[in-house]
Amino acid sequence: MLDAEAATLSRRNLLLRAAGTATAFALPGVLAACGGDDAPTGASGGGGASGAKEAVGTVSFGSNASDPVPKEAYAKVFEAFKTATGGTVKVNTVDHNTFQEQINSYLQGKPDEVFTWFAGYRMQFFAERGLATDISDVWGEVGGNYSDALKQASTGLDGKQYFIPFYYYPWAVFYRKSVWEEKGYEVPATLDELKTLGAKMKADGLAPIAFADKDGWPAMGTFDILNLRINGYDFHMQLMKGEASWQDPKVVKVFETWRELLPLHQEGSLGRTWQEAAQSVATKKAGMYFLGMFVGQQFEGANRDDLDFFNFPEIDSTIGADTLDAPIDGFMLSKKPENEDGAKALMKYLASAAAQGTYLQSDPNNIATANDADTNSYSALQKKAVELINGASNITQFMDRDTRPDFASTVMIPSLQDFIKNPDDVAGLTKKIEDQKKTIFT
Amino acid sequence: MRLPKTDKLVLAVMCGVPTVLLLAFVWFPALASVGLSFTSWDGIGGVGTIEWVGTRNYSQIFSIYPPFWPALRHNLYWLAFFILIPTTFGIFLAVVLDRAIRFSRLYQSALYLPVMLSLVLVGFIAQLFYSQDQGFINGLIGQQGTGPDWLGNPDLNLWAMMIAASWRHVGYIMVLYLAGLKSVDESLRDAARVDGANEWQTFRQVIFPVLKPINVVVLVVTVIESLRAFDIVYVVNGGKNGLELLSVLVYDNIVGEASRIGYGSAIGTILLVLALGFIVTYLVQNFRREQRP
Repeated sequence: MLDAEAATLSRRNLLLRAAGTATAFALPGVLAACGGDDAPTGASGGGGASGAKEAVGTVSFGSNASDPVPKEAYAKVFEAFKTATGGTVKVNTVDHNTFQEQINSYLQGKPDEVFTWFAGYRMQFFAERGLATDISDVWGEVGGNYSDALKQASTGLDGKQYFIPFYYYPWAVFYRKSVWEEKGYEVPATLDELKTLGAKMKADGLAPIAFADKDGWPAMGTFDILNLRINGYDFHMQLMKGEASWQDPKVVKVFETWRELLPLHQEGSLGRTWQEAAQSVATKKAGMYFLGMFVGQQFEGANRDDLDFFNFPEIDSTIGADTLDAPIDGFMLSKKPENEDGAKALMKYLASAAAQGTYLQSDPNNIATANDADTNSYSALQKKAVELINGASNITQFMDRDTRPDFASTVMIPSLQDFIKNPDDVAGLTKKIEDQKKTIFT
Repeated sequence: MRLPKTDKLVLAVMCGVPTVLLLAFVWFPALASVGLSFTSWDGIGGVGTIEWVGTRNYSQIFSIYPPFWPALRHNLYWLAFFILIPTTFGIFLAVVLDRAIRFSRLYQSALYLPVMLSLVLVGFIAQLFYSQDQGFINGLIGQQGTGPDWLGNPDLNLWAMMIAASWRHVGYIMVLYLAGLKSVDESLRDAARVDGANEWQTFRQVIFPVLKPINVVVLVVTVIESLRAFDIVYVVNGGKNGLELLSVLVYDNIVGEASRIGYGSAIGTILLVLALGFIVTYLVQNFRREQRP
């Protein structure tokens, strides 16, 4: 039978897992159950953060941190957790993208008790569908250590909390200080200054703005920031929630502004990964790069200290420039965890400055979310990122976290790539997006 | 003819088990996909949450889903290209290597080697060749970073990928055909030679028609391979920007976070119809010709 193997195979897996029979996912649950023997199932406390060491037991942890740096960073955090509380964490690491793609079936099978996830719509969706456990009681204890903005980002549509923020990273324009000093470039404060700067860089033989969109998601960051600068936070969120129309002249203006900037973008972006684009900045072939702070992963040794950034410039003075994408990564508690008390103890620990500090020591391309996190050991770049985020009036999560995942992946990725290929037909593009949006947001 | 009891039992088991497996793992999922293609479901919750929507998925796919028509077109390009270039070339290589030339074994193994690689690996290898900034080809022509954007230019990348996939397909077809050629009765060639046929005439008039069963296999394999192409484009850029294929759209809609099960099933059903269309037509034509006296 040739019925597109990929199609039916995956669907079959899905159905199997939906039935909760897939052994791959059943396994961690079983392991957790074995380890959980010594955990008091109906114990009195509900868990004071530290204290009774035997109360924590074993907690299973579903991790998407498959890259070596974060993976090792987590291992260190869990070691410290064991020292602090005596609890053991059984980590189940899955490739980052695979984890994300299989999240639906994962959460419906036998998921790990605590799992890594993202704030925003992506969190609210699973909370609403009953696939996550309310952790408002944990927030009752750790809430004082988080800003209101972070609490809001952890709250589901029903007003309860479902998410523990761990770290986040701002999106900004990154550049090499040495290159800018050598050529005498100045940080642009407005769109016009950015254009002038770009023209200057072009004359100097640099690609002004490094750009890569082979994987489809990086261009979403550019759309986000232009929309936030031109139309502001409220309209952006309405658009993400499917309430505003993509054919609104405001959206058209975003694409038109982007079209003016496109000649300053590095060419051939659709064949380039963000790593390659970052390399072109590192090797001084491109002048700047608008990306998340994880761009630092491509800068090593002395180059890392040479890396600096500025906030994306203002476009409309009535809107200002104090909103930005700063995606938050953190944790959720799956539905019906075996060792709920232990899992909550782990989440409390992860909300602490100690845990976040341990993590950031190994993966310094982010900043901690806890208010009392130790910022003394931060690099200059990290300190600047804290400043940038603290000065923001609103923080957004990035397009694919603020809107429905089916809309982001099946509509926006191809649409933004279409725009990059053919920036002239904005009316046709926005109509196509709106037509599809109506079928998805019903 | 009467069979002993044990024979009957063995026969029943040998037919029954594969039939049950076939029904359970091929026919049930295939028909279930067709059924699901008329529904809307996000894959969360029981089957009770499946909503019947009639042909809505199909009408939306045909009218407002921009990647669909390019994907269909790319699948057809892929099919035509595979039949015309690598399949033909594979047959050619088989015929050449079938003659006792020197180092024939060596050539055979070298050409067959890529078949042992998965298409995912072929995709990775291809990227090492095609990358605009760091790739081998642009390095060779001394235009690193400025040369053709093999992977990002939507007019080029599909062809680049088809060539990479052909590297593997050629070897596959060559081995299939070589096996067939080995079974051709030597006396047929002798007879043709006696009749004064040259090399090409012998192949065209004698060998090719004799190898009809192999030809059917080769064609069916080629159709299957081209329509199910997925891994190679998926590792390159997730099947976007000029590399859209129907199989990728199925995956994007069903497996990813999107979870539009009904929508993806509808695309899968279209792919199924397409594949069946080609193969059934070909087989029917063939068998009809065979039945003629």
